[in-house]
Amino acid sequence: MAKKENKVYGILAEFDNPAELLHAAEKVRDAGYKRFDCHSPFPIHGMDEAMGLKRSPLGWMVGFMGMTGAGLGTLMQWWMNAVDYKLVISGKPFFSYPAYVPVTFGVGVLFAALTAVFGMFHLNRLPMLHHPVYYSDNFGKVTDDGFMISVEATDPKFDAQATKSFFESIGAKSVELLQPE
Amino acid sequence: MEFDSLNKKLEEKGSNGKLALILGIIGLAASAFGYFQAEEQFYFSYLTAFFFWGSIALGSLFFTMVKHLTNATWSVVLRRISEAFMAFLPLMVIFFIPIIFGMKQLYHWTDVEAVKHDALLTKKAGYLNTTFFYIRSAVYLIVWTVLARVLYKASVRQDTEGHSEALDKKIKGTSAAGIILFALTLTYAAFDWLMSLDPHWFSTIYGVYIFGGAFLAAICSITLVALSLESKGILEGVITTEHHHDLGKMMFAFTVFWSYIAFSQFFLIWYANIPEETIWFLHRVEGSWKTVTLLLVYGHFLVPFLLLMPRFVKRRSTALKVMAIWILFMHWVDLYWNVLPNFSKHGMHFHWLDLSTMLGIGGIFVWHFWKTYRANSPVPVNDPKLSASIEFTNF
Repeated sequence: MAKKENKVYGILAEFDNPAELLHAAEKVRDAGYKRFDCHSPFPIHGMDEAMGLKRSPLGWMVGFMGMTGAGLGTLMQWWMNAVDYKLVISGKPFFSYPAYVPVTFGVGVLFAALTAVFGMFHLNRLPMLHHPVYYSDNFGKVTDDGFMISVEATDPKFDAQATKSFFESIGAKSVELLQPE
Repeated sequence: MEFDSLNKKLEEKGSNGKLALILGIIGLAASAFGYFQAEEQFYFSYLTAFFFWGSIALGSLFFTMVKHLTNATWSVVLRRISEAFMAFLPLMVIFFIPIIFGMKQLYHWTDVEAVKHDALLTKKAGYLNTTFFYIRSAVYLIVWTVLARVLYKASVRQDTEGHSEALDKKIKGTSAAGIILFALTLTYAAFDWLMSLDPHWFSTIYGVYIFGGAFLAAICSITLVALSLESKGILEGVITTEHHHDLGKMMFAFTVFWSYIAFSQFFLIWYANIPEETIWFLHRVEGSWKTVTLLLVYGHFLVPFLLLMPRFVKRRSTALKVMAIWILFMHWVDLYWNVLPNFSKHGMHFHWLDLSTMLGIGGIFVWHFWKTYRANSPVPVNDPKLSASIEFTNF
């Protein structure tokens, strides 16, 4: 039990300002870490690149699902109006596709919007009920004036002592191990 | 100033301005010859070409004003391009003259005898009469000329005098009043010059429809100039891929806007199915006109809509250039489809005058653009937002 309590789940390093955080992120990226994250009170320009993040695939997901929605919307109306319940409306053909455009558009947007929201949740691994950074008492500062980098123990390159001294060598103000108290 | 050397480079590397002028004169001469061959065809072809090139200048006027009003940063490096396009507006006064001579051939409502025996046209005569038409056209042309001149001069003054509160106020004030005047004049110009070709027909959304196409054409033209500067190595690091990307986004957005308005116009008329409204679309699905209509649906909407969606298309110069040229071509098809069915009613008949009038006015338009663009610094050097515009990046 005592052994488990002392398990290290990650490392949290604090930096002085956004510029240092950005440069530190570049060094962490170049050192080959994959499962790390940067925390700051506001977005920092160029951070995606500094962290070596790829472009989010969300746009392609939304595009694909939007088109799927539009296709299904058309199919639904065709089935309703031209197959299942035929009604003559102002003398037009059963399959009057111009009339379907607003609903097709609407279903397309609905699919795209839902994909955008839930795809974002999925890509951000949400909902996430707990994260090692919450073991730190210091972490609350990132909503105010803290600029921090966390590395998770699941990272293949992670080693509690080596990573700790790595952060100290790149100029972290303070480094702490993330473990239950 | 570092941009002085750029200006010189622009001069040296040339911009085919002279070639455009020569082609323009040849085009105008050929069109004048065509006038004696096929008078009526000449007027309809001429009106299409006149409005095509005019719409690029008008769209650029809107681009300039809306960027001033929104205090936009990204577009500052592109401002001189849109200003040089809108500088064509005063020339529209001269190019309007042939239309005055063609009133009888172009506009059925000028025929006083026919109007007398036409209940609908008699009721419209209070608005659709020659005198009022001339007054209105003069108002549009004067408003556009004044707006273009005032905005252009104030912008150039910023280069020599430096930025000042007073100048900023003048530019923004002119744009604020100008954008309202622009909306009204463009709407009524579209009604008068294009919609009244078929005097029985009416559509209240028509002005917005013409505006959508005009602004789209302006964005494509600005993009083409930006890309041509890039290919000559001019303004390297000033107008960058980031600016091309944003222009691509605007192209995509206004492709959708035009399609939305065009479909809205069609949709309500198709749904209500009232003969006096559907007749306009009936003329456009008759014979070979149906092919042109379908070409617009696929070429003006579906193809650019799908192709402009991915990010890499907007960031690759060649792809963006192809899209800009294609959409400009489609804009011409759109105007052709609006004007020419009033002349060749039962199917499309391409005439060489359609080409020569485009070449004639277009040559002068392109020549005038490069002349104006070269006359000043290629970017507004004293704009306080300039460095932010150069450094701008997309996420």
